[in-house]
Amino acid sequence: MTIEADRIDSVELCRAVAAFKAKGCRFVTITCVGADQRGAELLYHFDRELALSHLRLTVAGDEVPSICGIYSAAFLVENEIQDQFGLRFSGLVPDYRRTLFLAGEDSPPPFRRKSGPDQEE
Amino acid sequence: MAGTILPFGPQHPVLPEPLHLNLRIEDEIVVSATPAFGYVHRGLEKLADIRDFRQMIQVVERVCGICSMIHALTYCQGLEELMGVEPPPRARFLRVIWSELHRLHSHLLWLGLFADAMGFESLFMQLWKVRERIMDINEATAGNRVILSVNVIGGVRRDLDSGQTGWILSELAEVEKGISAMGRTILHDYTVQKRTRGKGALSRSQAMELGCVGPMLRASGVSQDMRLLGYAAYGELEFAPVVEQDGDCYARCRVRFAELGQSIGLIRQAIAKLPAGDTSVPVKGRPPAGEVVARAEQPRGECLYYIKANGGKFLDRLCIRTPTFANIPALTVMLPGIELADVPVVLLSIDPCISCTER
Repeated sequence: MTIEADRIDSVELCRAVAAFKAKGCRFVTITCVGADQRGAELLYHFDRELALSHLRLTVAGDEVPSICGIYSAAFLVENEIQDQFGLRFSGLVPDYRRTLFLAGEDSPPPFRRKSGPDQEE
Repeated sequence: MAGTILPFGPQHPVLPEPLHLNLRIEDEIVVSATPAFGYVHRGLEKLADIRDFRQMIQVVERVCGICSMIHALTYCQGLEELMGVEPPPRARFLRVIWSELHRLHSHLLWLGLFADAMGFESLFMQLWKVRERIMDINEATAGNRVILSVNVIGGVRRDLDSGQTGWILSELAEVEKGISAMGRTILHDYTVQKRTRGKGALSRSQAMELGCVGPMLRASGVSQDMRLLGYAAYGELEFAPVVEQDGDCYARCRVRFAELGQSIGLIRQAIAKLPAGDTSVPVKGRPPAGEVVARAEQPRGECLYYIKANGGKFLDRLCIRTPTFANIPALTVMLPGIELADVPVVLLSIDPCISCTER
């Protein structure tokens, strides 16, 4: 069983998220499925009248466009993903720079895998 | 930028758990609010790497004490969907009963704290006295007051006999009387209205834009409640979401107060329709594989579990989006423009649960 989600890339992300907002969808959250040095996979969840829709973003590298300019509520979960997975959200406001939950120490992101998203650490 | 930065929390008389707000104020008016966390984060999602998918039931129950049962319920429902397991009808109704007991004690806890924040100490104690009856029901039916540990994959671990259901109904009648007696103060007292009406207001469009959930969303005129999805036995019970239009602290208080009566009604319906039969089905075969999103309505709103499994004992990924995590961004809009003295009441009106946020 796999979640039905539209696959997009970084370039398409903001346009696709803006389309959900235009349809009156509520932003639910972003799930970082996994991240390692090769890239990351994120799921964006939206709700409209109890029906969930998903976007699946696969990125190479650490840089992801922030969607907080479209849904301001996304700032919290994007900062959390920065803390836990070490990704960087460009355009994120406010940007806690990995101090939302962490105390600012220079430690490796605790949820980031050393190998690949589908392999055991 | 002009103004003074005032640190609010993490230790504050109005906060039962540590939450920090950096308030920029000019005179006595809040100009901006920036939340900060990290005092009690436990990294429970990461435990899925070293605890197998069955052991994780005990872990997710401990995300938060106040909605412990519904955390386990959401997780188990997600795994049941992945594994193709259908819990028996009796188990689904029992899940509703314990879920609504949780909602009752959570809302009573919040109403007590809210009363205390406004200076109504006696009301706070009276509300918690009523709440004790719910805690006694939890203890008598599940063996625990807070973390019930009743959910398993495929059903529930405990059953209720006719003596227990009769006793629950008689206790709920007393709870209803207690709630009714305090409703006059909570809903109509001059001071309560003065402290809550028009404070921290969110319009319908703002609540949607900010991703609010639960009573926060319903108090702003959005009729959304995950119980309408019909999970457990909610699809076989009659209820409609409690909705208010004003979107302020008073509206949130009214929604939660009305939901007390709604929960009692749902428990009565569930007991009246409680079918005979088993309380769980045996779950055999391979561990789960695939990915699923499960949602349920906690006392504070929508809870979402993302589960990814690969057919092994350990999950690939468990992600929990708790309701308070969804409601905190609204503070950045609700707090600016209000007087400093109103910050505790507006902050409490989202019913913040930091255990959930720092899961």
